[in-house]
Amino acid sequence: MNQKVLSKVSNPINRSRSSIHLKKKAVRELIGISFISPWLLGFLCFTIGPMIASIYLSFTNYDMLSSPNWVGFKNYVHMFTSDSRFVTSLEVTFLFVIVSVPLKLIFALLIAMLFNANRRGVGIYRTIYYIPSIIGGSVAVSVMWKQLFGLHGAVNSGLALLGISGVDWVTNPSSALWTLIVLVIWQFGSPMLIFMAGLKQIPNELYEAAAVDGARPIAKFFKITLPMLTPVIFFNLVMQMIGGFMSFTQSFLITGGGPLDRTLFYALYLYQNAFTNFQMGYASAMAWILLLIVALFTAIIFKSSSSWVYYESEGGR
Amino acid sequence: MTLSIRRFAYHAFVIAFGVLMIYPILWTISSSLKPENEIFTHAGSLLPSTFEWLNYVQGWAGFGGTNFGVFFSNSAIITVIVVIGTLLSSSLVAYGFARLQFWTRSFLFTCLMITMMLPSQVTLVPQYILFHNLGWVNTFLPLTVPHFIGGSPFFIFLLIQFFRGIPRELDEAAFIDGCNAYSIFGRVILPLAKPALVTVAIFCFLWTWDDFLGPLIYLNNPKLFTVSLGLRMFSDPNSFSHWGYMFAMSILSLLPEFIVFLVFQRNIVEGIATTGLKG
Repeated sequence: MNQKVLSKVSNPINRSRSSIHLKKKAVRELIGISFISPWLLGFLCFTIGPMIASIYLSFTNYDMLSSPNWVGFKNYVHMFTSDSRFVTSLEVTFLFVIVSVPLKLIFALLIAMLFNANRRGVGIYRTIYYIPSIIGGSVAVSVMWKQLFGLHGAVNSGLALLGISGVDWVTNPSSALWTLIVLVIWQFGSPMLIFMAGLKQIPNELYEAAAVDGARPIAKFFKITLPMLTPVIFFNLVMQMIGGFMSFTQSFLITGGGPLDRTLFYALYLYQNAFTNFQMGYASAMAWILLLIVALFTAIIFKSSSSWVYYESEGGR
Repeated sequence: MTLSIRRFAYHAFVIAFGVLMIYPILWTISSSLKPENEIFTHAGSLLPSTFEWLNYVQGWAGFGGTNFGVFFSNSAIITVIVVIGTLLSSSLVAYGFARLQFWTRSFLFTCLMITMMLPSQVTLVPQYILFHNLGWVNTFLPLTVPHFIGGSPFFIFLLIQFFRGIPRELDEAAFIDGCNAYSIFGRVILPLAKPALVTVAIFCFLWTWDDFLGPLIYLNNPKLFTVSLGLRMFSDPNSFSHWGYMFAMSILSLLPEFIVFLVFQRNIVEGIATTGLKG
C-alpha cells in the first residue's frame, strides 16, 4: 500500500526528469549538427550525390544533349579491350608516379637533412628552396617550363656551354615525360618541410648513444634516422602518390599530352573525354577506375606499413 | 681549419644548388625585361642588355579588348570570396567535430577523412552536370559556393587539430559564466585560433589563386577569366603575340603569391610541418 503510493508519487517526477534529460540530449544533438551542417550539406550535395550519379553515369552513354541511356558494362569493357589511348594513359601515369614520387621524396629527405644542422642561414636557404613549391601549380610556371626546355631555352644554352647540342625536350617523344618529372621533383618543398619537422622529433640521445658505440654516419642514418622517420615517410608517400595520380595542369599546359601521347596523363585523358568529346558516361567510368587504383595503392601502402613503419608508442611495431 | 673548410663547402654547395633551384624564376624575370629578339638568342644570360619595361605595359593591355586588369580583379574577387567562405564554414565545422558530442560523430568524422583522400576526378563530371543544369556555368558560383558549405576537408582537419589543443577548461569556465556553445565558439575558441585561421587563409589564398582546372571548366567568357586562364590564352600558339609580354604577365601573376609567402613565411612553414605530421 505504502509502496504503491510512493511509486505513484515518484513516477511522474522520474518521468519529467527523464524527459528533461531527453530534451537536453536532443538539444545537444541539434547544437552539434548545427555546427557541422555546412559540411554535411556540402558532403551530401557535392560528394555523396555526385558519387552516386557518377556510378550510374558510368553505366550509360551520355553526351549532355540527349538523356543518358543504359549500356551496362560497355564503357568498362571498351576501356580495357579496345581503347589503346586509355591503356597508354595508364602506362604513362604509372611510370610518372613510380619514378617521380620516390625521387621527389629522396630529394626532400636529403635536403631536409642538409638543413637539419644548426647552421647560420638555414632559415633563408629553406625559404629559397621552398619558393618553387609555392608557385609550382600555376600556369606561369608551366609557361616558363615549356620555354626553359624548348629548343632555344636556357637548358640548351647551358648544355651548349658544355659542348652538347640539345633537342627540344618538350616535343621530343623520349624526353617529354622527363621534363614533367623534373618539374614535379623541383617542387619538393612540402615533403621537405615535413621531413624537417620529423627530424627535429628524433631524440638526440639516440645519436649520442650511437656515437659512444662508434657508429659511422652511414650506420646512424640507416639505423636511427630512417627508422625513426618511417611514419613521416609513410605520410609523404601516401599524399604524394595520390597527388601524382591526379596530375593534370602540367601535362595539359606544357605538352598537351603529346608528343605521340607520351605524356597523356590519366587525368588529362579523362578531361578530354568529358569536356572535349562530351562522353560523360565514359569519363565517369574512367573516374571510378582511377578511384579503384588510388584506393588499391593506398591500401597496399597501409597494409605493408605494419612491417616497415616504426611507431614508438607500440614498442617498435 | 678543416672545420672552416667544411663550413665553406656546406654554404657553397647549398647556395649553388639554391641558385639552380630558383634559376627558372630568375630566368623568367630577366626574360620579361629583355627586348623580344634577345630572349632566345641570349637565353643563358640573366642580364638584359636594356630593360624593356614596355613588356609589362603592353602585356597588361592583353588582347581582344580584355586587359589583365579584368583577369586580376576576377581572380581577386573569387579568391577573397573563397577565403571568407572557407574560414567561416571550416571553423564552424571543425568546432563541431573537435568539441561537441552528437550521434554519428565518429562515423561522419571518418567520412571527412575519406573525402580528404578522394580524387576530385570522381565528382568532377557529375558536379559539372549539376552546375550546368543549375545554369551556373559562366558564373563564379561553381567556384565559390561549395567553399561556403565545408568545401575543403583539409582545412577542417587542420582546424580540428588546432582546436583540440586548446584547453577544455576555457570552454568550461565560459560555460559556467553562462555561455552557450555558439558564444563559446565565437568568444573563446575563435580568438584563440587566430594563428590557425591565418594559416588556413594563406593556403586557401594560394590554392585558389593558382587554381586552373576549376576556372577552365566553368568559365568560357573572356570577361570572366581568372589570371590563370588569361595567361593560358596568352600562351596559346593561335592567339600568340609576343614572348616578352607573356613572361611579364607570368611574373605579375606570381607576384601576389610571392608577397603572401614572404610576409607569412612562418605560418606556411609551421602549417605544413604540423598538419603533415598529425595527418
